Amino acid sequence: MKDTIPPLYSGTVTKYVFIESYKATPDDIVARAYEISEKVMIKETCFGLQVTGQEDDVDLVISHIRELDPSHIFVKDRGFPPGDPRRCRANLGGARPGYFGHEYEMGFIRRITTGLERLDDSPNYVPASYHDRDSCFSVEKLIDIINKEA
Amino acid sequence: MAKVFIYPSTSLILSDLVSRFGHKPLGTALSVREKIQTAGLDSPPLQMTPEDAKKGLRWAAVEVPSGVRGRMSLFGPLIDEAEAAILIHNPEFAFGCMGCARTDELVEFLVKQKEIPVLELNYPSDEEEGVKFVRSIRDFLKGLETAP
Repeated sequence: MKDTIPPLYSGTVTKYVFIESYKATPDDIVARAYEISEKVMIKETCFGLQVTGQEDDVDLVISHIRELDPSHIFVKDRGFPPGDPRRCRANLGGARPGYFGHEYEMGFIRRITTGLERLDDSPNYVPASYHDRDSCFSVEKLIDIINKEA
Repeated sequence: MAKVFIYPSTSLILSDLVSRFGHKPLGTALSVREKIQTAGLDSPPLQMTPEDAKKGLRWAAVEVPSGVRGRMSLFGPLIDEAEAAILIHNPEFAFGCMGCARTDELVEFLVKQKEIPVLELNYPSDEEEGVKFVRSIRDFLKGLETAP
């Protein structure tokens, strides 16, 4: 690798689109992005996609994608463009450094999805199933199973 | 539209929620983007350069480790620019090989010194907390729109 790399895609922005949905896959959102992607570059990934281009064009594509499943699609800025030799694992091997942060947050992103879906519920709303101890696996039943196995 | 500093500044959740509710999230990606898209004699280096540790002197003293000062060269300009901030307490992934506890403390200190509206949260540990988490961020950001 060279010591210095000239600025790549100068004046553009890159955004990550993450999808955690039972209704759509990265493939679906890529197809949707291509519907209006005249001036942007799109890269499909295992978790969603990356969109690179002028900020207005990227925002337009992202708002179009979001309509597909608003509470299951998440977007954030990325500093490096896709394929940048300083970050791309094709050059470095192993996971991209920022992957660990994404992995951590994607582990509980469903809680945020629930928050978005129930944003306009009453503040005092408690779902019927929540804190319903009768539906939990009882200690007595566990003791019973252990005794049978012993 | 307010500029909202987020910490952890690589947070997907905070970045998404702030932009979803109509404000501009200030995360590290913006600093990194500016750094790598700026041409110059020292055009984009592999990682941080000695110059970054010098830039960090604006926010951290000279006896502070260079790792903290290098990080502050990315976070510092964002804090200066911020009109509000959302901080997560003790985010696991901002410590260890991916982060630095001393930088976390310094960032929190600098944000509070700035006397801007600050929302402090923990990551939600269940779905009920998820609802409260999202709702508190929405209400906080809505409050910024009505602030004088």
